[in-house]
Amino acid sequence: MAASGERRIGDVVLKVENISLAFGGVRALNDVSFDIRAHEIRAIIGPNGAGKSSMLNVINGFYHPQQGRITFKDIARENFGPYDAASRGIARTFQNIALFKGMSTLDNIMTGRLLKMKVPFFWQLLRYGPAMREEVEHRRFVEGIIEFLEIQAIRKVPVGRLPYGLQKRVELGRALAMEPDLLLLDEPMAGMNVEEKEDMCRFILDINDEFGTTIALIEHDMSVVMDLSDRVVVLDYGRKIADGTPEEVRSNREVIDAYLGVRH
Amino acid sequence: MLYREAGQFKTRYEADMAVFPIRQDVIGIALIIAAAYILPPFLGHFVIGTVLIPFLVFSLAAMGLNLLTGYTGLLSLGTAGFMGVGAYACYKLTTLFPEVNILVWILLSGFFAAAVGVVFGLPSLRIKGFYLAVATLAAQFFLEWCFVRIPWLFNYNASGAIEVPSRALFGLPIVGPSATPLTRYYVILTIVVGLTWIASNIVHGRVGRTWMAVRDMDIAAELMGIRLLRAKLLAFAVSSYFCGVAGAVMMFLWYGGGEAKDTFSINLSFTILFMVIIGGLGSLLGAFFGAALLHLMPIFLKFGLPAMGVPLGGATAEHLTHIMTGALIIFFLIVEPHGLARLWATAKQKLRLWPFPH
Repeated sequence: MAASGERRIGDVVLKVENISLAFGGVRALNDVSFDIRAHEIRAIIGPNGAGKSSMLNVINGFYHPQQGRITFKDIARENFGPYDAASRGIARTFQNIALFKGMSTLDNIMTGRLLKMKVPFFWQLLRYGPAMREEVEHRRFVEGIIEFLEIQAIRKVPVGRLPYGLQKRVELGRALAMEPDLLLLDEPMAGMNVEEKEDMCRFILDINDEFGTTIALIEHDMSVVMDLSDRVVVLDYGRKIADGTPEEVRSNREVIDAYLGVRH
Repeated sequence: MLYREAGQFKTRYEADMAVFPIRQDVIGIALIIAAAYILPPFLGHFVIGTVLIPFLVFSLAAMGLNLLTGYTGLLSLGTAGFMGVGAYACYKLTTLFPEVNILVWILLSGFFAAAVGVVFGLPSLRIKGFYLAVATLAAQFFLEWCFVRIPWLFNYNASGAIEVPSRALFGLPIVGPSATPLTRYYVILTIVVGLTWIASNIVHGRVGRTWMAVRDMDIAAELMGIRLLRAKLLAFAVSSYFCGVAGAVMMFLWYGGGEAKDTFSINLSFTILFMVIIGGLGSLLGAFFGAALLHLMPIFLKFGLPAMGVPLGGATAEHLTHIMTGALIIFFLIVEPHGLARLWATAKQKLRLWPFPH
C-alpha cells in the first residue's frame, strides 16, 4: 500500500445522515450529516461541548440517536450496539484512557483479539492443543503491534503503572489489535508534550499508510489537525458548521467565529 | 540467590505464556504437591481432620468466589447458598442412583450449582458493586429457605439433615462413617489440585482476559466486542460450579452429614468472602492464602500456643483467638491492602534481584 507513496482515497465507508441526539432537554447533536471515505484521515473538531465525543459514541453504538441513519460499509443500521460495531470493524480509543488497569500491556492488547478467538470453552479449560495454538497465533500478531508501537520494554508491565503518554499508546495498540476498518480516536494527543505528540502523529500516519486504516479523529491541536487530516468536519453546539479540506475550513467565517467568539 | 531467572531463555511463545514461566516456581509447586501427597500419612488424624481437610475445602470455595469477585469484579454473598446447592444435588443424585460412583456425582453436582448461579447472576447486567451483593443475598436467603422447607431435598428425613451414605471406590470406602480421614483427604486433595489446574487454565486464557476486561472497564470491554451479559453469566456459572463442588465435598468428605441450615448459612458466605479479600482479589494463590490465614490461624492460636507452653484455658483461649485473628487480619490489610497474594508477589520480585535493590 505504502509503495505508491500516495494514499488512495476510496469510496464512502461510513455515512452519517441527519443524526439528532438529545439527553432530556439537552440537544447534543442536531441534524448532523457527513461521510468518511476509505483510507482517509477525517478530523472532527469544534469547541468544548460541541458534540464531538457524542458523535463518536453514536458511531460505535453507545448512544442511540433519536433521529437519523448511519450506513457503515453499505449496510444501514439505525440502532446497533457496541458489539455490532466492534464485530463489523469499528475500533476506538477514549478521551480519558479506558485501559484495563489491572492487566499487563500484553494482555490489554490481547483483548483486542477476543473477537477473533474462536476455540471452544472446553479447550480453554485445558489450555492445550487448539487453545494454545490459537493463543500463540494471536500473540504473534500482538507482538507485531508491540513492535510497531515501540513498546517492547513494557510488555509485561501492568498498565496502571505506566506514564500517561505510554498508556495512550497502549490504548492505540489495543484498538489496532482489532484490525479495524474504521479507527476512531478521541483526542489521541490530549495532555501530551511535543515529543509525545510527534510520536503519536507518526503512528497515526503510519497506521493509515501501512494498514490503510480509515481514521476519524477528534483533536484540539489545530496544527496537528491541519497537518494530518484529509478532510475536516466542524461541529458547534451540536450542529455541523463546516465540512471540507483543512484549507477551506480554516478560512471559513463561521468556524473562526466559533473558535474566537463573535460580538453579539 | 536461588530464585533467579538468569540463563532461562524463552525461544517460543508457549514457554513465555506458561503459567509459571520461571523454572524455580515450577520446582516449588511440584515440591508442594509432592509434600501434600507424601507427608499426611505421618500426621495424626486430628491434623488431617481439623487442619488439612477444612483448609482444602475453604480454598476450593474461595477460589470459586475469587473467579467471580476477584476476576470479574462481581461481588457475591450467595456463596454458601451455591455450596448448599452442590451438597444437596450430590445427596439427591447419590441416593437416587447409588450405583454410580460418588466421585462422579460430586463433580456433576457443581453443574446444578452453576445453573442456579446463572439464574441469580442475571441481575448483574444491570447492577454492580454493593447493590449486586444485596441481590445475591437474596439468593442466599432463598436457597437457605429451600434447604429447610423442601423435604424432598433431604429425602424426608426425620432429622432434616443430609445423611451421608457409605460409598466406595474400588472397594475402598471414601465417603461415609467407615472412610478414614486419610482417604478422604486424598480424595479432596486430588479434586482440589485438578480444579485449581483448570481454574488456572481458564484465567490465563481468552476467558480470563474477558472477565478481567469486564472487571476493569466494562465500557471499553463492550467496545472490544465482549457481550457483558454472556461474560458475567459465564463467570457466575464457573464460579458457582467451583462453589457447588466445594459444598458437596464439604458435606460428604469433611462433615460427613449434617443440617445444611447451619452449615450453608450467611456466615459461611461472609467467611469465604473475607478469605478472598484477605488472600488477594484476582489471584488463585490468594484463595489458598486467605483460607490458610482465616482457618489455620485460629487453630494455631488455640492449640499451638498451649503446646508451646503458653498457658491458655477454655474460654480465655476462645476469646483470645478471636481477638488475635482480628488483629492479624487488620495488620495484613494495612501492610498490603491488595491481599497476601500481592505481598507474596512483591516478595518474589524483590527476591529475584536480591541482594541488589534494583
